This record gives sequence, structure tokens and C-alpha cells, in this order.
Amino acid sequence: MSDVTRMTATEVAALVAGGQASAVEVTQAHLDRIAAVDDRVHAFLHVDTEGALAAARDVDARRAAGEPLGPLAGVPVAVKDVLTTKGVPTTAGSKILENWRPPYDSTIVSRLRAAGTVPIGKTNMDEFAMGSSTEYSAYGPTNNPWDLTRIPGGSGGGSAAALAAYEAPLAIGSDTGGSIRQPGAVTGTVGAKPTYGGTSRYGLIAFSSSLDTPGPCARTVEDAALLHAVIGGHDPRDSTSIPQPVPDVVAAARLGANGDLTGVRLGIVTEFSGEGAEPGVLAAFRDSVETLTKLGAEVVEVSCPNFQYALPAYYLIAPSECSSNLARFDGVRFGLRVGDDGVKSLEEVMSLTRDQGFGPEVKRRIMLGTYALSSGYYDAYYGQAQKVRTLITRDFTAAFEQVDVLISPTTPFVAFPFGSRTGDPYQMYLADLFTIPTNLYGGPAISVPCGLSEGLPVGLQIMAPTMADDRMYRVAAALESAVGTFTPPAL
Amino acid sequence: MSAIVLPSYDDVVERYEPVIGLETHVELGTNTKMFCGCPTDFGGEPNTRTCPVCLGLPGSLPVANKAAIEATIRIGLALNCTIADWCRFARKNYFYPDMPKNFQISQYDEPLCVDGYLDVEVQGKTVRIGIERVHMEEDTGKSLHVGGATGRIHGATESLVDYNRAGIPLVEIVTKPIPGIGALAPETARAYVTELRDVLRSLGVSDVRMEEGSLRCDVNTSLNRPGDEWGTRTETKNVNSLRSVERAVRSEMLRQAALLDAGVKIIQETRHFQEDTGDTRPGRSKETATDYRYFPEPDLVPIAPDPAWVADLKAALPELPRVHRQRLQEQWGLSDLDMQSVLNAGAVELIEQTVAAGTTPAGARKWWLGELSRRANESGVELAEVGATPAQVAELQRLVDEGKLNDKLARTVLEGVVAGEGDPAEIMAARGLGVVSDTGALTVAVDEAIAANPDIAAKVREGKLAAAGALVGAVMKTTRGQADAKTVRDLILERLS
Repeated sequence: MSDVTRMTATEVAALVAGGQASAVEVTQAHLDRIAAVDDRVHAFLHVDTEGALAAARDVDARRAAGEPLGPLAGVPVAVKDVLTTKGVPTTAGSKILENWRPPYDSTIVSRLRAAGTVPIGKTNMDEFAMGSSTEYSAYGPTNNPWDLTRIPGGSGGGSAAALAAYEAPLAIGSDTGGSIRQPGAVTGTVGAKPTYGGTSRYGLIAFSSSLDTPGPCARTVEDAALLHAVIGGHDPRDSTSIPQPVPDVVAAARLGANGDLTGVRLGIVTEFSGEGAEPGVLAAFRDSVETLTKLGAEVVEVSCPNFQYALPAYYLIAPSECSSNLARFDGVRFGLRVGDDGVKSLEEVMSLTRDQGFGPEVKRRIMLGTYALSSGYYDAYYGQAQKVRTLITRDFTAAFEQVDVLISPTTPFVAFPFGSRTGDPYQMYLADLFTIPTNLYGGPAISVPCGLSEGLPVGLQIMAPTMADDRMYRVAAALESAVGTFTPPAL
Repeated sequence: MSAIVLPSYDDVVERYEPVIGLETHVELGTNTKMFCGCPTDFGGEPNTRTCPVCLGLPGSLPVANKAAIEATIRIGLALNCTIADWCRFARKNYFYPDMPKNFQISQYDEPLCVDGYLDVEVQGKTVRIGIERVHMEEDTGKSLHVGGATGRIHGATESLVDYNRAGIPLVEIVTKPIPGIGALAPETARAYVTELRDVLRSLGVSDVRMEEGSLRCDVNTSLNRPGDEWGTRTETKNVNSLRSVERAVRSEMLRQAALLDAGVKIIQETRHFQEDTGDTRPGRSKETATDYRYFPEPDLVPIAPDPAWVADLKAALPELPRVHRQRLQEQWGLSDLDMQSVLNAGAVELIEQTVAAGTTPAGARKWWLGELSRRANESGVELAEVGATPAQVAELQRLVDEGKLNDKLARTVLEGVVAGEGDPAEIMAARGLGVVSDTGALTVAVDEAIAANPDIAAKVREGKLAAAGALVGAVMKTTRGQADAKTVRDLILERLS
């Protein structure tokens, strides 16, 4: 057996289904790989060795009993630490939840278990998913397997790095402003943000409820689609979950893999055509457009005039919601409690707990959101941002009357060195310039590797109308079939 | 502030006009909580009726309870409100240890029901009270402070929180300001809450028990001089009995008048009603009140009730208490005054059930408003808790109608019923209290009475029939009241004719 850690999820699942390898062997191989490289990568906050082996044994037993196995049975999956896992530590990258073991599984994790995948551990992330570099994790940054001195993107840097470092073939992320796609782009992996409401948020520790979307991360488009199919679909525990079946993303990915995009209309957003992006990123993007044209796609320019307001609108809406969502972290019921000496008042204990439990970016956004929602400022900030959100949605609707999908670079720049943007929050926020409009609109988007710039991966973003997730998989798979996948240097 | 001298109430209403407003919280009697599947029953070991959702654990999400939405729509319809075709929840953000998420899911500027009214009777006059809105929200948990002498947080060594109540569906019913009721402001407040309680009970949406907190009332009061703009209002929180609602308005009117008389400005503030003294004490000042930072709740999709569903709910509303009472008054043939005394005694339902159990309205009314009301007053309990059931009262009256009990015996039997000795017929048998109308046995007693009272017997023989009463009394005495008085009298006259 060749090294299973280098295989795609599809290949691993076939191996297990065919009996050439047991799920336990596959899992052990990944646990070994984690043990060998993760002290350098730091993709994981917690490796659930016992739980993973138990889940693998269960798959092997079911196979032995002749039970039907799902298409990803026996495949290890790394789960962003923002999703609750019953009895397994879940911290959201924050000190305030250090050692917290949730009493319940998130819907996504329940579905992963039901499908026979093997949750192998919890991946590092920016605290409460706030950040674009994983440098805001309270437990230290994750290093990009392409260059350990550089950031792996964020907030889901741990999930993306686990894939790029061959520690797991599949991972789960969550995308509030680009936290699946941007790490995917800078690590040379595939990351998809499904339609908002297409995947359940139940058990996803909320950052910004109206934007948060859990989704799949993988090394190939087909793997991402398979994972998407497993975790997607209506969940009665989430009021905002869409009561419709997931579009057939797997079939779309397989269709796209034949490399034919005849009849597909791609739109390039005029407002995203240059300013703010690195030349190497723009060059890779232009090359990809050419490739897509060769595959038969028709490419046109589309104007989305309100996209320029997406970043400021996002940085009012997301902090506003987070200031409310994070109010429950007060030291009363769970997690960290500081200063409970029998003398200090409740308010003092709450203050001390939050002061010591939350990191600087989280505090910054809580303050910003508290201000934006406060009486007298609501209309000027939050209310105005919601209006912008409506205008951006209209831009998307109008654009999708002309084209099937929109394309852009995923991120304006390749992986940057640690510390180069933490001093200036605005520079950090720019990392999500191209990804944020989609979150405000609610539609799906995917990042797929499209080339290299200065030896580092560049991602192409494909955005589709809501509940048309299948379209973006088709285009992504076609591009992948033409440009191939990208392998980082050996660790 | 040093003690202020309160003016007399009559003096106050002569010089000031009160405006009141009421905000009533009602716990709905749904089986499960507002946003999760946990049971809602009162009581239970602390924190046993909880789940990740009502504990506000990280990652948990609310899903609105359809039964609670339905109940709220029915309340809105019963209060003549417009049901919004689209509405949504909002978050009310503030920190409180027994509120799991540190925000409360409520409705703010987009409530489910708006702009209705409720007609109430105040001293024979109908007052139409405008309803501003009816909206849904969730209840908080309860804090328990232990180790101190008072059970309050000051001096306590530990605070415990029970989240069983957290997430129970609440409906808040807010009136429009009620001006122009003058001296009747306290009575109007009470009459409104009473009528509202009866409406909610008839809908079956809540057990509306003020003492258990399933119906809680905040009372807003302000005073202004005639011709002036409305005064600054104060809000008296969590008044938990009908009597207290009335007292709270009255005492706040007196307090505010005293301040205004002294030229002191009324501060907009929250006050707390003191059951023991009947006055109000200051709580939080609204000037430094929390900014709740309301915004639309992103975890819940908006509610758009299907108009056909609302129409069905409207068609299925029960007869409302006011209409029901008018119908009963006609059926029972009562004057307004008589009906009022039935209402005051809280006897409508009891009489209705007694009639349904097979007796006349007059018969039913006699017992409930007479003997039983007297007993209820004496022992300070509600009429319904006095110890007799409508079925027992109906049975008692039937025994009287059948001549098996006379009035006096019936009272004795009722005493036994109230004491829990059983049903009237059982008590009658057990105590041997039935009317004796067997002439054989009575003839002996009559002859004895005549023999023992020759003087009286002579008078009767002489035609002084009124004197027969003394003989009847004597027979009643020897038969321990069980003789049928008419039969006895007939026998005496027959013997002495």
C-alpha cells in the first residue's frame, strides 16, 4: 500500500470499501503523520486519538457485517474547533473555552459520524473565527505547510494546513467573511462556502449568525463535493436552514472534471479587476481566465457597483452580531471564570473573566459592535450596513441574470509572513476583500487552486446564485482538470 | 427623603388627572419551551428541565415554538388586534446572571399583534382600553441567594441559578395609555387585569396564576393637572395580585401628588410594590437604564402567519367572557345589580356548573352567594376553594326541592360537605338528617307536644291559630329539626280542630 496520507478522500474511501485497508489502518497512518509533522505545522488544537480509532473500528465492524457504507466511510476528517464535539474539547481558539467539553454534537459532526467518516481532531483557528491569518488563536498560530514562516490564512488556517500537510484528506471549516476560501487559496487547497442555510449552524459557535456558514475543505474538488453532500441539507434545529435538498454537487463536480465548459457563461466583476491585488495574483487569475475560455466558457465583464461598500458593511454587521453572540461568555455557566473569590461582585467577575478570556481582536470587535448597535448610532451604522447588504444582493441578482457564475481571485495576496499585518487591523481585513460580498448575499462560493505566485499558491473564486452550489463545483472541477493540483514542498 | 405627608385620595383626584398603562406578562401553557423542546411544567428539581438551547450553550440555536405563536395569535384576536402578516424577533441585550445568553429573544418594533382593545366594566360603566401590542418573548431563569438572613443578594454567601424557567414562552400585552378615568383609575386597572385574566383563561392559553407568577403585571402611572400635558410616569414592576394592582395605582397617585404639591419633579423610574405596606419603593432609574441594543434576531427566520390559518383561529375562538356573562345574565334572569354581585363573588363559573349539574339558577345562586360566600370570606379563601363542588351544591338543592331536606337541615348538610365528609346524600344518611314526613311517627310527637302544652293547645282550639307555631317548634325540637314543618302544622291543626 502506498502512503494513504497522500491519497484523496475518494481513493481512501475506495481502499476501505474494497478491503485493501482497514479504517483503523487509514486512521493510524494519519495519526502517525500528525505526530510526525504537527509540532511544526500546529494545525491541531486537539487530536482525538481514542475517539478516531473507535470510530474507525466501528466502520470496520460495519463493513465486516456487510452493512452498506457511505462514500466517505473510513476517511479521517479534521474539524475546525468552532464546531461542538460531544465530550471532546471545543475552544473556538479562545482561552475563555479552554478545556470546555460540550455535552452535545453539532449537527455537522453528527452527520460526519453517521456517514462513517472519522473525526480525527479539532483544528486551530483565529479566536471565535475572527481573523484572516490564524495569528489570533489564543493557542498560537498555525504555520503554512508551503512556507512555515507564513500564515495559513484564517480563520480556518488549521483546517487548510491540515490538508496541505497531509494530516487529513478532509476538513470542515466555517466561513463568515472568507474563512474557508481564503485559507484554501493560500494553502493550495479547495474550500467551499455553501449557500447560507444549506449547511446547519447548530453547534457552530456563533460569530456572526447571519453570515456564518460551515462548509467542506479538501485537496480536490470532487472530495469537497462529497463532503458537502454529507454535511449539507435541512436541519430542523436551525431555523435558518433551508428546507430543500442540497443540489447534486457530486454529479456537478464529476461533470466538470471532463474539462468541457461549453455554454457556461462566466462573469468577471469589473470592480475586482485589479486594485489592491498583487501582480502575481492577478497574473495567475488572468491565466486561469484564459484556461477557462479554452475549456469553452464564455467570459464577460459584469459590474457590481456596490461591492466596494461590502468591506465596511461587513465590519459593522459582523461585529454587531458578535457583540451579542459573545455575551454568553461571562464565566457564569461554563468555561473560564476569573476572580470568583467570594468577595468580588458578579459584575467584577464577569469583567475579569471577559478581560482575561478574550483576545485583542475579539475585544476590538465586541467594542465596535456594541457601539454600532447602541441607541442613537443604530441607524447610522448597523441600519445603514443592512441597506448596503440589500444593494449588494441586488448586484448579485442582476449579475446572475447575465452570467451563470462570477469569478475573481479568492484573495488579493498570497500567504504573507507572520506579523506583517497584525499591527494594522485594516490591512488584515483586506484579505477578505473579494470573499465578503458573497457572505452578505448568502450565495455559495468556492476557492480552487489556479496557479502559483512566487512559489506560493493562488486561488480562484467562483461565486454562484443561492442554492446553485452545483454550478460552482462544475466550473471548479473543470479548472482543476486543466491546471492540476499543487503539491507543497516536503516538510 | 424624609417622610412626606400624603394628601387624601379625594383631594388628589380633585386636583390631578391620572393616566395609567399596564404591561402584563403571561406565561403560556404550552407543553414545551419557546425555543426548544424542554418541558414547561411548574416546579421540578432545579436545572432538570434544560438542554443546550435553553442553557444558551455555545453553538446552540433557537427554533420558535409553533404552539406559542398560535396561542399569541389567538390572544391577539381575542383582544381585537390586527395580526401582522410579517413580523420577527429581536434581541434585547443586557447582562443578567439568570439569563443564559445574556440577551433575551423578544419582539421589539415588529410585534405579532397590534392595535386592539378590551372592554371592561368599571362600576357599571364600560371602559374601552386600547391594546398597543401583544408580543412573544422568553422567560429568564431564577436566582436563589443563600446564606443570608433575608434571601436577598445582600449578605448572601452564594447565589444559585435554576434555569428550569428559562425559555418558557411569555406573551407581553401592553395597553395604550388610559386617560380620562379620574378617581376610578385604581379600579380600572384592577378591572382590566381581571378581565384580561378571564379572557386568557377562556382561551386556555395559560393557567394565569398571579401567585405563581404565570401572570405578572407592571403598572405605569402618571399625574397631570387638568389642561396640562401628561406627567412623567413611573413603572411599578411585578405586581402579583389583583388587589395589589389596585393598591399600587392608588399609592403611586398619592405619592406623586405629594411630590408635585411640594414642587418636586417626578423622575421616570422603575418602582417595586411592597405587599406589606402597600406602597412603592424605587428600583432602577430609567435615566441610567441599560441601552438594550435591540436588533433583529438573526438566528430566527421571520414569521409570516398564513391568513387562512389566522382566519381559522379566529373562527374557532371560544365565546369571550363578556359575551358569555351577558348571555348567562339573560338566561338566569338577573338584574345588572344581581349579576354584579355574582361577578364580585367570583361565582359565575361555579353557578354555571351548578346549573349544568341540574339545578335552577336561583337555587345555585342562593348557595354560592349565601352560605358559601360567607364561609369563603370568613376563612379568606377563594369561593372555588371553599370545599364544595358545583355537583354537590346541585345535589343539595335537589334534596331540598324533593322535600328530603329543609332549609335548616340543608345548611347542616352543607357544613358537612365543606368539612369534607362526603356528598350531601351520604352526609344526610350518615348523620340521619333527612326530613321526617312519615305521619305515623310525627303523630306521636304531635300528641306528646299537645299533652305537654295544654295551655297552648287550648288557645289553638279556641281558634288562635297563630299559637300553633309554638307547638310546631316543640315538635321540631323533639325531632331535632328533621320534621317537615308543614306536615307537623297540618297534623296539629287536624288534632285540635
